[in-house]
Amino acid sequence: MLPASDVIALSRLQFGLTALYHFLFVPLTLGLSTLLGIMETVYFISKRPIWCEMTKYWGLLFGINVAMGVATGVTLEFQFGTNWSYYSHYVGDVFGTPLAIEGLMAFFLEATFIGIFFFGWDRLSKGAHLIVTWMLAAGASFSALWILVANGWMQNPLGAHFNYHTMRMELHDFYSVLFNEVAQAKFVHTISAGYVTGSMFILSVSAYFLLCGRNLAFAKRSIVVAAAFGLASALCVVVLGDESGYLAGLNQKMKIAAIEGMWDTEPAPAGLTVIGFPDQNEHVTRYTIKIPYLLGLIATRSIHQPVYGIFDLVDQARDRIKSGMQAYGALDQLIKNPNNKRAATVLDANQANIGYGFLLQRFTNDVTGATEKQIQDAAWYTVPDVFTLFWTFRVMVGCGFYFIVLFTVAYYLAVRRRISTNRWFLWIALFSLPLPWLAAEMGWIVAEYGRQPWVVDGLLPTFMGASSLAVSDVWISLSGFILFYTALAVVEIYLMVKYIRLGPDQYARH
Amino acid sequence: MGFAVTDGFDLGAAILFPLVAKNETERRIVLNAIGPFWEGNQVWIILGAGAIFAAWPYVYAVAFSGFYLLMLLLLLTMGISRPVSFKYRDKLPSLYWRRFWDRIVFIGGIFPAVIIGILVGNVLLGAPFHFDDTLRIYYTGSFWDLFQPFAWWCGLTSLVMLVMHGGLYLAIKTEHPIRSRAIFWSRWAAFALIICFAVGGVWIAFIMGYSIVGTVDPFAYSNPLHKEVTTMIGGWLENYSRYPLSMMIPALGLLGACSVVIIAHYSRCAFICSSLSMIGVIGTVGVSMFPFILPSTDDLQSSLLVWDASSGRFTLLLMLFAVIVFLPIILLYTSWVYYALRGKVHDQY
Repeated sequence: MLPASDVIALSRLQFGLTALYHFLFVPLTLGLSTLLGIMETVYFISKRPIWCEMTKYWGLLFGINVAMGVATGVTLEFQFGTNWSYYSHYVGDVFGTPLAIEGLMAFFLEATFIGIFFFGWDRLSKGAHLIVTWMLAAGASFSALWILVANGWMQNPLGAHFNYHTMRMELHDFYSVLFNEVAQAKFVHTISAGYVTGSMFILSVSAYFLLCGRNLAFAKRSIVVAAAFGLASALCVVVLGDESGYLAGLNQKMKIAAIEGMWDTEPAPAGLTVIGFPDQNEHVTRYTIKIPYLLGLIATRSIHQPVYGIFDLVDQARDRIKSGMQAYGALDQLIKNPNNKRAATVLDANQANIGYGFLLQRFTNDVTGATEKQIQDAAWYTVPDVFTLFWTFRVMVGCGFYFIVLFTVAYYLAVRRRISTNRWFLWIALFSLPLPWLAAEMGWIVAEYGRQPWVVDGLLPTFMGASSLAVSDVWISLSGFILFYTALAVVEIYLMVKYIRLGPDQYARH
Repeated sequence: MGFAVTDGFDLGAAILFPLVAKNETERRIVLNAIGPFWEGNQVWIILGAGAIFAAWPYVYAVAFSGFYLLMLLLLLTMGISRPVSFKYRDKLPSLYWRRFWDRIVFIGGIFPAVIIGILVGNVLLGAPFHFDDTLRIYYTGSFWDLFQPFAWWCGLTSLVMLVMHGGLYLAIKTEHPIRSRAIFWSRWAAFALIICFAVGGVWIAFIMGYSIVGTVDPFAYSNPLHKEVTTMIGGWLENYSRYPLSMMIPALGLLGACSVVIIAHYSRCAFICSSLSMIGVIGTVGVSMFPFILPSTDDLQSSLLVWDASSGRFTLLLMLFAVIVFLPIILLYTSWVYYALRGKVHDQY
C-alpha cells in the first residue's frame, strides 16, 4: 500500500524547499573557501599584510555563511530517514556508502579545520595556517564530490542490481558508481558554479566599497582575484554544463526532450529551440524561435543521430512498462515462494524495467492486469513538467553567458587599472550579486525536478520512496522548517549586511 | 562511542554553561573553550547517522521515520540551532543579542542530551512497527507514547553522564573560579550517574526483553522477516548470564563514575575515567540487546537484528575499508588541532 498522496506531496515540498534553501549557502562556501586559499597563498608568498587582511575579512563573511550551510545540510540527511524511509531501505545499500564516506573524508576535514582557521591566526605559523585554509577548501570540495556521486547514481544508477530476497538494490560495482560520468560532470559543473558565486560575491561587495570610496586598495586587489578566477570558472561552468547536456542526452533522454520542449522527434541534426511556450495538455510548444542543427550537436555530438522527442519516448516507456509488469508479477510470486525458479527467470529477464512496473501502482491496484488505458497514462506520467524545465534551463544558461561577459569586462578594466573610475560598471557588478544564486537554484530544479517522476531514474518512482507517515506530522515539520528557516535567513542577511557595511577598515576596531 | 566521548563534553559544557559562567567574561571563556572543537565533534553524530544508513539501512529507515517528531526536535536543536548559536553569538555586542544566543546554546546542549537518552530508552523498550511483504514500514505508535517513565529515566541518565563529562573538560581548559564550579557540578553529576545507572539496571529486570528462537544464519540475505522472536520479562539480562565476562562492561560504567567522584580534582585523570565510564554505560546497552538493534513490539518477527538489518556483504566490506583508511588520518589531524590549541583558555584570548 502506498503512502497517502498528501504525505507524498508534502514530503516532496519539504525536501525541495529545504534542499533549495541549503543550496543558497553551498555555492558560496565552495567558492569562497578556494578564494580564501588563493588570497592566503599570495600573502604567504608576498608577505604583504593587506593580503592577510583580505583573507581575514572575506573569511569572516565566509564564516557567517558556512554556519548556515552546515546547519541546513544535516536536515537533508535526516529527511532521507524520516520522510523517505522506503527510499532509504530500497537504495541504502548503494546510496548510504557515498554519504558515509563523505562524512569520513569531508565533514571531518572541514569541521576540524574551520575552528582553527578562526582561532589559530596567532597560534600557528604562516605556513601552518595556510595549510589549514587549503584543508578547509579541500573539505568543502570533497563534500561536494561525494554528495554528487550519490546524486549522480540517482540520475544514472549503475553498478547495482535488484535483489528479491531483500527487496532492494544492492551494490556490486563501486567503481562504476564512483566513476559514473554523470556524477563527474555534475561535480565539476557544480563546483565551478560555486567558484563563480564566490567570485561574484567578492566582485559585488568590492564594487560597493569602490562606489563608497572606501577600502580602495583592498577592493581593487580583491576585484583582480575575483575577476580572473570568476572568468575562468564561468567558462568552465558553460563548457562543463554542455558536457552534462551530452551525458543527459545519453542517459536521460526524457529530460533533454522536456528541457527543449520537443514533442516530435526531429530529423538529425535537431535544431535548438531558443524561446517557446510549451503546453503540457495540448502537447505542443508555441511561438518557437529555433537555431538549426545546434541541439543535435550538443546532445549527440554528431550530425546523424536523432534527438528523440517526447512522443517517441512515451512510446518507449510504454514498452518498458509492459516488461515491468512481467517483472512485477514474477516478484509477487517470488515473495510468496522464493524458490520459484520460473518466476526468478522472468524477473531476471525484465529486471531493468521493474521500476516501470512500480509506476503503474499509481494508476491501478492490479498491476499485472493493467488495461491499455492505464499503461498509456503511466507512460505519459514519465514526462516531467515541460514548461518549468524549459524556462528554468533557459534562465540558468542565460545567466551563465552573462557571467562570461561580466567577468571579461571586469578583468579587462581591472588590468587596465580603470575599474575604480567606471561607475556604471560598478553599479552593474553590484546589482548582479543575486544572479549566481538564481542560476544555481534553477540548475537544481532542472536536475532534480527534471528527474521526476523518478527518485532513482528508471528504478524507483518518487511516490514509492516516501514514508507512510501521518499527514499532521509532516505539516508540523514543514511549518517548523519554514518558521525556523525564515528566522535564520533574517538573522544571516542582517549580519552579512552589517559586516559588509562595516567593511575591512572598521570591523577590526568594532 | 566516538560521538559520546568527544561531542559529549561540549554538549555537557553547553548545559553547564549557565551554571558555571556568571558574567560576560566567564561566558566568553567557556564558549572559547568549546569554540574550536564542537564542530569536529558534532560530525561524529552526522557520521554515526551516515554509518547507520550505509550499514543498517533498515534501522535508519525505521528509527527516523518512526520517531519522526522526536527526530525533528533533535534536528532543530542540535543540528540547526547549535551551530548557528556558536557562530553568531559574538557577532554583535548587544547584551540582548548575547543573552538570546546564550539561551540557545543551553537549549542546544540540554535538548539533544535528553532526547538521545529518550531514544535509547525507546530502543530498549521496543518500537511499535512492522513490515509488509515488500518491506515497507508501518509505524503504529504516537509521539506521546515515546515518553514512558523508563525512557525519561534513560534521558536523565544521558543528561547527568554528559554533564559529568563536560564539567571535567571545562575543569581542564579553564581556571578558578570556573574550574571550581565545573568540578563541583561534575562530581555531583557523577554521583547522580551512579544512582541512575544502578536503578536503570534494576529497572531493566522488570521490562520486556527479547530473544531469538533457534539460530539465525548471520550470512543469510538481509531480510528481517525470516526468523522467530520471543519475549520475556528481564530478557535483556540474559546475555550476562550466558557470557559472564560481559559483566565487565557495566562494571566499567560504574567504576569510572565512582573514580570521577573521588578524583575529580585531578581533572585530566578524571576525564579519562569519565570517558571510560561513558563507554561502559553505552556499551551496556549494546551488550544487553545484542544481537537486537531495534525490537518491534507490534510484530516480533519484524524486530531488527545486527545481521538481518544490515547492508549487503560488499557494501559492508567497502565501509570497513573506508574506515580503516580514513579513521587514522582523522585521528591524526584532530590530535594535531587539539595540540595546536592546547592550554588553558584565558580572558585575553
